[in-house]
Amino acid sequence: MIRLYDYELSGNCYKIRLLCGFLGLAYTSVPIEFHPGRAHKGADFLRINPLGQLPVIDDDGFVLRDAQAILTYLAARYDPARTWYPVSDARLLGEVGQWLAFADSITATASAARLHDSFFHDLDVDAARAGAHRLFRILDAHLWFAEQEGRIWLCPAPQPTIADIACFPYVILSEEGGIFLQDYPAIRRWCDRVKRIPGFVPMPGVFPAGPGLPPPLTAGSV
Amino acid sequence: MTERRCTDPVILNQWHPLHPADQMEATRVTRTILLEEPLCHALDANGAPLVWPSAGSAPRLDGSQPSPLPARLAYGFLWACLGTPPDDLFPFPETAEPDRRNLATGTFGVHVSAGRAIENFLDMGHFPFVHTGILGEEPHTEVKEYDVEIASTRDEVLATRCRFYQPKAAASSTSGAEVEYIYRVPHINCAILYKSSPNDLERRDAIALFVQPVGPEQVIAHTFMSVLDNDSSDTGIRLFQQTIFGQDKPILENQFPRRLPLAPRAETPIRADKSSIAYRRWLSSKGLTYGVIPAVAE
Ligand SMILES: [Fe+2]
Repeated sequence: MIRLYDYELSGNCYKIRLLCGFLGLAYTSVPIEFHPGRAHKGADFLRINPLGQLPVIDDDGFVLRDAQAILTYLAARYDPARTWYPVSDARLLGEVGQWLAFADSITATASAARLHDSFFHDLDVDAARAGAHRLFRILDAHLWFAEQEGRIWLCPAPQPTIADIACFPYVILSEEGGIFLQDYPAIRRWCDRVKRIPGFVPMPGVFPAGPGLPPPLTAGSV
Repeated sequence: MTERRCTDPVILNQWHPLHPADQMEATRVTRTILLEEPLCHALDANGAPLVWPSAGSAPRLDGSQPSPLPARLAYGFLWACLGTPPDDLFPFPETAEPDRRNLATGTFGVHVSAGRAIENFLDMGHFPFVHTGILGEEPHTEVKEYDVEIASTRDEVLATRCRFYQPKAAASSTSGAEVEYIYRVPHINCAILYKSSPNDLERRDAIALFVQPVGPEQVIAHTFMSVLDNDSSDTGIRLFQQTIFGQDKPILENQFPRRLPLAPRAETPIRADKSSIAYRRWLSSKGLTYGVIPAVAE
C-alpha cells in the first residue's frame, strides 16, 4: 500500500490526502511531527527526503517527494478515467502544469504567512501577505472569467484536475495567516465547489461544505 | 515602576506561560512577546530560567541582560511576570503523580483574545460540530445539566458533572463512550479539564490550555497533558492534541468581537454557556480590562 509521510496540519500533505479521497485510493499515513517536534529535519526523515520537506510517498518502493510531483504521479497512475491529470490533451496538460506552478507560489506566500502566525517561523510576513493578495487577485479574476464561460474549475475541462487540488489548501487556510478572502468572491465560490466533490475530506481548519444549495453553476458537474 | 504598554494591573501581575520547557536548551536565547513587550528568554548554564526585555539588538546570554523579570519553570513551561507576581502559581497536583506522563502537546499562534480562547476550551457544545467523530458526533449534541461554582478552596471557576458522548475521547480510545469532565479555571488565562481516563476508570487525564497574551487580540496557546497512558507514543499524544487544536483554531479566529464581552447578557445564554457566564462574571469581578470589553457600570 502507498505510504504517505504526513503531517496533519500541513496543507501540502493535505493535497495528497485530498486526491486519495477523490480517487478512493487507500494509503497508510506515517505521521512526521513538523511542529513542535521538527521531525522533518531529523536524521531519520532526512534519509527519506534530504530536503527535509513534507510530503513524501513510498509506493511499493518508489519514493517521491514534492506535493505537485506526487499529485501528477498518483493521478497518472491511479485515475482510470484520466481526468485528474489529462495526459492525452496537450493544451489542457500545459494549463494544469501552469497552475501547479502557481500553487507553489501560493505556498511561498500564503503558506509562509500562516507559518509565521501559527508556528512562529521567522520571515517577512507583510511581504508574504502582499504576495498572496497579488496571486489571489489573479486567481479570483481567472475564476470569475471562467464562470462567465460556464466553467467551474481552474482549467478548461468539465471535471476538476489536480490543479484545483494543488491550489485549494493554502487558499482555504490563508485566513490563519491573516489573509482574508472576503474580497475574492469567485475564489470563495470555487472553494465551495471543491468541498462538494465526492470523496472530499476535511483537515483541521478546513470544514466540509455547509448544507444548502449547491453552487449555481453545474456545467459538467462531477 | 517600569512603563509597560499594557496598563492593566490585573493581567500585568500574573504569571504568564512563555515557552514549553522541554524545547529550551541551555544558553540558547529565544524571543517572544508578552502583553506587547518583546522579551528574550533562556536557560542559563545551570538550567535556571532567565527572562528579560529584548532591547532590539541581537540577544546574547553574556551576563549583561537588563533587569531580568520574575521567572520560573512549572507544569512543563517557562512562566514570567511583567509586574509583581503572586508568590505561587495555581496548584496542579496531578503533574506530580509519579505514574503520569506530563507533556507539552503543541504551541500555536492564534488571532484571538485570551478570554475567547479559554471560553472555547470550556464549551462542550461545539464538540459534535467542530471535533466531529472525535470529541463528539451527531445526534449526540445535547449538553446535559452540570454544575458551575467558584471553588470553596481557592479563587477559581469549577464546572463539575459535565457529561458528553465522545466517539474517540483520547489518543488511546478504541470506542465511543460517555465521558465525564471537570473543568477548572485557576488563572484568568489558564484552564484545565479532567476527563475519565480510558486506561484507569478511577482516575482522570488532565488536559491544560495555558494562554500567553501577546496583545489584546492575539495569543500564543500552549497545550499540555498529564495523562495515564503507557501505550501511546509522545508523538501520538501530541498529534492527537494538535488535530483537536487545529480544528478549534479557525473557530477562534472567526469569533466576533475578538475581545471577550463581559457585560451580562452580551450574548444569549444557553446551557452550554453556563461555565462561560461564570467565567466572564469572575473576570469582571477582578476588574480585568485587557483583551475584554468590560461591562460598563452606569
Ligand atoms: Fe474545541
